[in-house]
Amino acid sequence: MSSIDLQTKEIKPARNTFTHVARHIGGDKPASRYQEATIGLQPTQNFHYRPTWDPAHEIFDASRSAIKLADWYVLKDPRQYYYANWTITRARQHEAVEANYSFVDSRGLLSRMTDEVRESACKVLMPLRHVAWAGNMNNTYICAYGYGTAITAPCNFHAMDHLGIAQYLTRFGLAVDDPGVLDAGKNDWLNDPRWQVLRRLVEDTLVMKDPMEMFVAQNLALDGLLYPLIYGSFVDEHLTLKGGTAVAMLTSFMPEWHDECARWVDAVVKACAAESDENKQLMTTWIQAWADRAQAALAPVAEIALGEHGQEALAEVRTTFNARIAKIGITL
Amino acid sequence: MDKRVEKKKLDLGSRYLALTQDLQWTTSYQPMDKVFPYARYEGIRVHDWSQWQDPFKMTLDVWWRQQSDKERRLYAVLDAFAQNNGQIGVSDARYVNAVKLMLQVFSPLKYALHRALAHSARNLPGDALRIATQIQASEQLRHAQQTVHAASVYNKYFNGMHEVPRWYEQAWYLAPVKSFADDLASAGPFELMVAISFGFETLLSDTLFVPFMSAAAHNGDLSMVPAGFSSQSDTTRHKQAGITLVKFLLQQDSLNIATVQRWVDKWFWRSFRLMPMVAMLQDYMVPKRVGSWKESWDTYVEAPVEALFAELAAYGLKKPAGWQAACAAKDHLSHQAWNAFYGYGHALAFHTWVPGNDELEWLDRKYPNSFDRWYRPRLSYYAQCEAAGKRFHNHALPMQCQVCQQPMIFTEPGDGRWIAYRETQHEDESFHFCSDQCQTIFANEPDKYVQAQLASHAILQTSGSETTENALQASIADLGVVIGRDNGEFHGSEDDTNFTLWGGGQDMKEAQL
Amino acid sequence: MSNVFIAFQANEESRPLVDAIVADNPEAQVVYSPGLVKIDAPNRLVVKRETIEEIIGRKYDLQELQINLVTLSGNLDEDDDEFVLSWKH
Repeated sequence: MSSIDLQTKEIKPARNTFTHVARHIGGDKPASRYQEATIGLQPTQNFHYRPTWDPAHEIFDASRSAIKLADWYVLKDPRQYYYANWTITRARQHEAVEANYSFVDSRGLLSRMTDEVRESACKVLMPLRHVAWAGNMNNTYICAYGYGTAITAPCNFHAMDHLGIAQYLTRFGLAVDDPGVLDAGKNDWLNDPRWQVLRRLVEDTLVMKDPMEMFVAQNLALDGLLYPLIYGSFVDEHLTLKGGTAVAMLTSFMPEWHDECARWVDAVVKACAAESDENKQLMTTWIQAWADRAQAALAPVAEIALGEHGQEALAEVRTTFNARIAKIGITL
Repeated sequence: MDKRVEKKKLDLGSRYLALTQDLQWTTSYQPMDKVFPYARYEGIRVHDWSQWQDPFKMTLDVWWRQQSDKERRLYAVLDAFAQNNGQIGVSDARYVNAVKLMLQVFSPLKYALHRALAHSARNLPGDALRIATQIQASEQLRHAQQTVHAASVYNKYFNGMHEVPRWYEQAWYLAPVKSFADDLASAGPFELMVAISFGFETLLSDTLFVPFMSAAAHNGDLSMVPAGFSSQSDTTRHKQAGITLVKFLLQQDSLNIATVQRWVDKWFWRSFRLMPMVAMLQDYMVPKRVGSWKESWDTYVEAPVEALFAELAAYGLKKPAGWQAACAAKDHLSHQAWNAFYGYGHALAFHTWVPGNDELEWLDRKYPNSFDRWYRPRLSYYAQCEAAGKRFHNHALPMQCQVCQQPMIFTEPGDGRWIAYRETQHEDESFHFCSDQCQTIFANEPDKYVQAQLASHAILQTSGSETTENALQASIADLGVVIGRDNGEFHGSEDDTNFTLWGGGQDMKEAQL
Repeated sequence: MSNVFIAFQANEESRPLVDAIVADNPEAQVVYSPGLVKIDAPNRLVVKRETIEEIIGRKYDLQELQINLVTLSGNLDEDDDEFVLSWKH
């Protein structure tokens, strides 16, 4: 053998990604796992049967919402969640919660919690288990009846997150008090007059039909006021001053989660509003109506939590919320 | 102040109950009938929802942690596969056609299950069941997405995977899958649960995700296999939920028995009618074979189902109506499917081929009752045609069953000479079926099945007076499938020549220096 | 009398599970195929946390076995100590 010809086996790809993904991302270039796992997964045509439970619509049907989009994949999730990286993120966050429980337990912060802090925390947090449960049901609804994987997949994750929060709240109650505290919370949720405006609001969301209006009502308007009020004004600012740092540690998942999700929620609303004046008008009307209702519903809850400072705190939360909406490009 | 110092750690069962129960409440500002509008229309009666619990007692914290462990392992393997050109490590590029079929069939099917289960998860009134169903809905999305991810590398290097969503929606040969998925999605929340968890996952999913995956591992697929095995671990929970749900419904009210039996009959059969593709994956599409489809059926279907129904008899449930026919088909299913696909090879989005001589011998050994008599002669004929330069093409439009939408390729149970045809007159139209069971399914819900749009009919309606000879192929070409490159004969295809060029295969030759 | 079975991905992590099951179920039969290990037992199969802990030398949560689980057949009964598959007829 004379000259040595090193033949490098060039294993060249024929394409960078799937055609339907390429079409969406502006050409055949390498696509992310998020893009490949999201774009085009939901069928759009040629359905063989109408739902027996809703023959007026197709199985997947954009007309279930008044929002109109030429391409429902504009509702991108800035977090780029698909199942794997979502669950890995949540597991990591859960490890932090476990670490907090260990810390609080080992330092005796639970046993040294004053009755005042314990009762104050449970009075507010236990009924919220049921609010989170409704958040779980509503996001499951959007996953079932929304249009396009871009919105329905993250709503599935969001539904599970709400359930996770409901379970964290339950765990909190069991950690700081007797199991009877859960029943007491449910009793307040059902019967205490100060919770009824919120419960009525929540039950009204449970029977809504438009998945995108439900998204606004639940994920933006209600949670957008509830989470800052409860975990910001009440737990972080008020309870910790009274020696309730343990409460903040054991509920740390909730505010962190809310901030993370707000980026996604805002992006969805912004993309809808940017498409057309009609969409923008719908979004504006929905946000205004549901934020006003949510604020009114939270007024008595703010009083339970913060007494005479409740209304001031709630007003501040609403101001911040309005600024958030303005940043999305919507004027209330 | 110290009254709650001693907190005993709750055991698994107590913890599950504490974290699952009592989040739900009876609404009063809106009626429960409006909150759960589909709870009653199927006629199922439940008197005490607290009698159903998740056998795995899953809570979110455990679920996140466990699933995260699975995903970190799986994606590390997928990353390594991508980085190391794992796609050239498979036994033989013919195997990649199995990957194509999995992507075309199982990713869309899992997605359909995900959305359909979200519907059940929102509408079933029992809170523990809803939680388990939501977990299931999430996991079906997981499976759909990880199948896409596992196939992603293959798509870069091989043909026939580039536009699956469009093919799934409209390709004639994927219609059995779409019609199955749409049938599920259009069903009510109770039927859906029985259909998926019990019908498909319990009775039939193991055959794809266990023995076939093992065979795929033997062929060097380090991408689809870990994804497949990992997804089946989720499915074990779905199966248990399904079995316990069926028992629960049967026990709650004797009036449920007839309805549940009808669903079990229907969904066993509809699931069974998806099995031809799984059967041929195992017998024809894995070059290095492990076991036969028949052996998989015996181990993963026949024996477990006999055991399960022996137990369910006490609850008033009988084996599915099509059970005998399905078992009788085990000597025939894979061969009938491969024959059909081979003949329509020009109208698919994957390659087909005639197995080599030692493969034919293996098939004969595994199917002593049927292969030599019914199927070898056809394969020999195809080989002859190929040798003469005229590959066999079936140019006829396939007649499709109105219910399962499979082409009519199945023979009468117990008599391989006759294709099984059934016909029903309904409101002045004739409807055609592949079996007694599909005919019965139609008879129970004619208003549903008359809606179906059969691909062959659509072609006949649009082709007018033109010959339909190439219509099937044209219908595939219209969907962006490149005739000859993405389908037809494997030997000599771009996939084949590329793979050789790359030095692919498990017996890779050393580069000559 | 019918078989129950359980199958795992064949890897380092599942090896002690297989050993534990064989130790606690004298009539169990183990079958290996590429990538997979399947264990059949007549009527009942028990996986005991304690046995696994003896083998691996650390604390073990039975729910961990789901990570490498592929499939199973039989009715499941699970608590903190045992994972049992059985047929009731």
